[in-house]
Amino acid sequence: MAFKQITSPHAHASQNTAQVMQLVLWATLPGLFALTYHFGWGSLINVLLATATAVAAEALILQMRGRSVGFYLRDYSAAVTAVLLGLALPPLAPWWVVVVGSLFSIVVAKHLYGGLGYNPFNPAMVGYVVLLISFPIQMTSWVTPLALLPEGVSHPGILESLSIVFAGYSPADGVTGATPLDSFKFSDGLLVEQIYSQNPLFSEAGIAGVGWEWVNIGFLIGGLILLGSKIFTWHGPVAMLAAIAIMSELFWDGGSSDSPGSALMHLFSGASMMGAFFILTDPVSSAASNRGRLIYGALIGGLVYLIRAWGNYPDAVAFAVLLANFAAPFIDNYTLPRTYGHIDRRRATEKEEVQ
Amino acid sequence: MKTWVTPGGVHPPENKHQSVSLPIGTLPIPDKLLIPLSQHIGAPAKPTVEIGKKVLKGQIIAEANGTVSVSMHAPTSGTITAIEHRPIAHSSGMLAPCIEITSDGRDKWKKHEGIADYKHASPNTLLKAVAKAGIAGMGGAGFPSAVKLNPGRQRPIHTLIVNATECEPYITADDSAIRERAAEVIEGIGILSQILGHPGNIMIGIEDNKPEAIAALEPHVVDTGISVVSFPTKYPSGGEKQLIYILTGEEIPSGELPADIGMVCVNIGTTYAVKRAIVDGEPLISRVTTMTGDACGINRNYETLIGTSVSHMLAHSEFKDEACSRLVMGGPMMGFSLTSADVPIVKTTNCILAPSYEEIPEDNPVQPCIRCGMCAEACPVSLLPQQLFWHSQAQDHERLEAHNLFDCIECGACSYVCPSNIPLVQYYRNSKGEIKKARAEKVKSDLARQRFEFHQQRMEQAEKDKETKRAARREAAEKAQAASGAKAGAGSAADIIAAAQARAAAKKVSPEQQQAKFERSIAGAEMRVQMAEEKLAEADSSQTDEQKNILNAAVEASKQKLEQAEARLAEHIAEHGSQEQNKDKSGERVD
Repeated sequence: MAFKQITSPHAHASQNTAQVMQLVLWATLPGLFALTYHFGWGSLINVLLATATAVAAEALILQMRGRSVGFYLRDYSAAVTAVLLGLALPPLAPWWVVVVGSLFSIVVAKHLYGGLGYNPFNPAMVGYVVLLISFPIQMTSWVTPLALLPEGVSHPGILESLSIVFAGYSPADGVTGATPLDSFKFSDGLLVEQIYSQNPLFSEAGIAGVGWEWVNIGFLIGGLILLGSKIFTWHGPVAMLAAIAIMSELFWDGGSSDSPGSALMHLFSGASMMGAFFILTDPVSSAASNRGRLIYGALIGGLVYLIRAWGNYPDAVAFAVLLANFAAPFIDNYTLPRTYGHIDRRRATEKEEVQ
Repeated sequence: MKTWVTPGGVHPPENKHQSVSLPIGTLPIPDKLLIPLSQHIGAPAKPTVEIGKKVLKGQIIAEANGTVSVSMHAPTSGTITAIEHRPIAHSSGMLAPCIEITSDGRDKWKKHEGIADYKHASPNTLLKAVAKAGIAGMGGAGFPSAVKLNPGRQRPIHTLIVNATECEPYITADDSAIRERAAEVIEGIGILSQILGHPGNIMIGIEDNKPEAIAALEPHVVDTGISVVSFPTKYPSGGEKQLIYILTGEEIPSGELPADIGMVCVNIGTTYAVKRAIVDGEPLISRVTTMTGDACGINRNYETLIGTSVSHMLAHSEFKDEACSRLVMGGPMMGFSLTSADVPIVKTTNCILAPSYEEIPEDNPVQPCIRCGMCAEACPVSLLPQQLFWHSQAQDHERLEAHNLFDCIECGACSYVCPSNIPLVQYYRNSKGEIKKARAEKVKSDLARQRFEFHQQRMEQAEKDKETKRAARREAAEKAQAASGAKAGAGSAADIIAAAQARAAAKKVSPEQQQAKFERSIAGAEMRVQMAEEKLAEADSSQTDEQKNILNAAVEASKQKLEQAEARLAEHIAEHGSQEQNKDKSGERVD
């Protein structure tokens, strides 16, 4: 035995950062499965390509920064960023879109700010927004859900998908189309009722949009698994979803042609569930306290609705998250919990306790 | 009974069963016992023995030094063989003054007896006996019990809480003591209640993982007004603040003591020691200490003499050196690692933990903080450990204080759950130390500044006073001159000179100018003398005697003036020196 000075506590819980990250990866599987089922192999290819790029970029940057490559790669954080980006990108997007996004996420949004734990912005969302602004055409063409493919057309198989992604083959007619949020936004002059009855994306759907509702349910299941494993607390996701629901209800005008859409549509379309459980729960760039996360989540939910309803983009989770990332340190200053033995919570900026 | 739930907390593996399978044992008396003079919070005790003196078991060897201090007693009979600095059990491995007793093997008690009729003794008598017995809180902090039990009349105590929580994993010292000595423990609580003026509410707080201890206590508390309150096991329920909240729902305001809200909280081991002191007259010379961990073949509790070395305990517990990952005094959550096994057991040592590498492996390398917030969920006092860590790294003392760093009880729950293996508590301890140092330095520099400012003020005031005095003197001189001038009548040459002199003084001319002026007036006076003498010579033949007399008087008068002028110059030179040599000095002497 060596007599070493070791600081207390001596006992440690077995969970480590790598396990947390791995659990997050596992929890994306229901969502990934739903995406693959409804939209073909594209998302899986995105995820794998993004992961390969991100891990390679992470290794390179770690090497350049003089860090232990093996040690830091084993925390799986690069993989989580890449998988989330891959899931957010349109299936069958050209390979260079995925690669550029992954590189930007890892190199600029993560490592230029100091690496894991120091990035003020969600790396996956930074990558996503860079792509969305730079390559709007590639980023807004989504694959038609399985149930709505025209007669005699099917999703491309694995090999064909790879050709589309890597060699620039064009997919067959009818394989790509608009997303529910997209078509809802650009159905001017139609009552909500008319959109729901005329557009197969809605008329064939159960609650929000063909395929998309299942993708959202998939991410909801994954999110609940993480919540149950205490990887994060309920505050952020619930606040975001509640804000979206409240905003939709508040501005629901009974379904006029100007209506921004129902609460159900907003909750189960686009990136709502993925955003709520996988994006805004990124602890590094979010608010620190539970109270702070309530505000942070509600801010994201509110922004998502605002941009969807009155902005130029059909979906808005990435923008909303990045805007809220800006606000997180500020929120942190005013949302300290009340400590034992204190009458009230304090502000992080105060010099003396106010009695 | 209703209990409250603290926020946060963790559930580390309890590992308590290993050490309760055997009853409390005793170790052979070691050859040498080492009694540190500071085993408690407060001033170290003062030795009352010299080297070579023979002492009996229970005899006082060092007395309390002031109120917040405790006495030390010989744990066995023998000879004092050293009074010097030795390594003690401290996280820094530091040396501290100790008394070494070489045992004579007879373990012979001094004559002792308790207070037979303690039930009719005054609280003061009992307090004195507690103080005399050298009892310090045995839960860990070691606060002198006689001080704690005497909160003063302005803080009447309505609630006495006995802490039998023992929430740290592995430790079973209190558990086993209760199982075997429940009657004595309860008698001790009765004495404490008497000292505190019979508080209306007496509770024993105990976690629900000690059913045997609860069962042992229950028959003894019937009709005593003492209630045994058990609550769900969670670390750190045994912290004083946590236990008080669990049992009463009240919080001790930050920076205050339980007595400030009418409560006193004592460890259950302390109540036993109080009983032994009052009823049996035995000072605190031994305590129950758990010897546990897989690196020891025997896991059990020992009634250990204070001053027994850890290595003596290990030697009698089938200790396997090569299997032991580290040696911890205290539990795995708050205990500190020992840098040597040759350190003594003290009054606060509840456990020696010798874990194997499987139980407590080497620490994993630290990974970056991802602000996951698990620490905040585990914190029992609702801090934000991740933010404290951040600001601690930045040494941002203002932010640390705003985040209530000083309310951290260092329980280690945050570090326990941290997935990145960050030694958070160590950062907080370090920052607390830095801030305390900065505070002390600020007090010091504030004092120095105050002193300097006062000095400055004093000097200015002295200067002002001098100036006032000078002005007064000057005025008085002027007045005197004016008065004498009025008496002698205007126009006299002496008055003119005096007036000129006064004017010159008022004008504050420099000594050089003054000297020149004097020289000029001498020259003038000489000329007038000469002229007066010439007139007298001319007048000799033609003038009348009367006229001659007038001229003579004039000569005399101008001679007199010349003398006066010369005298003044001489005086001036005597005072200022010749101006060629003393120019540098002259500036400050103008007055």
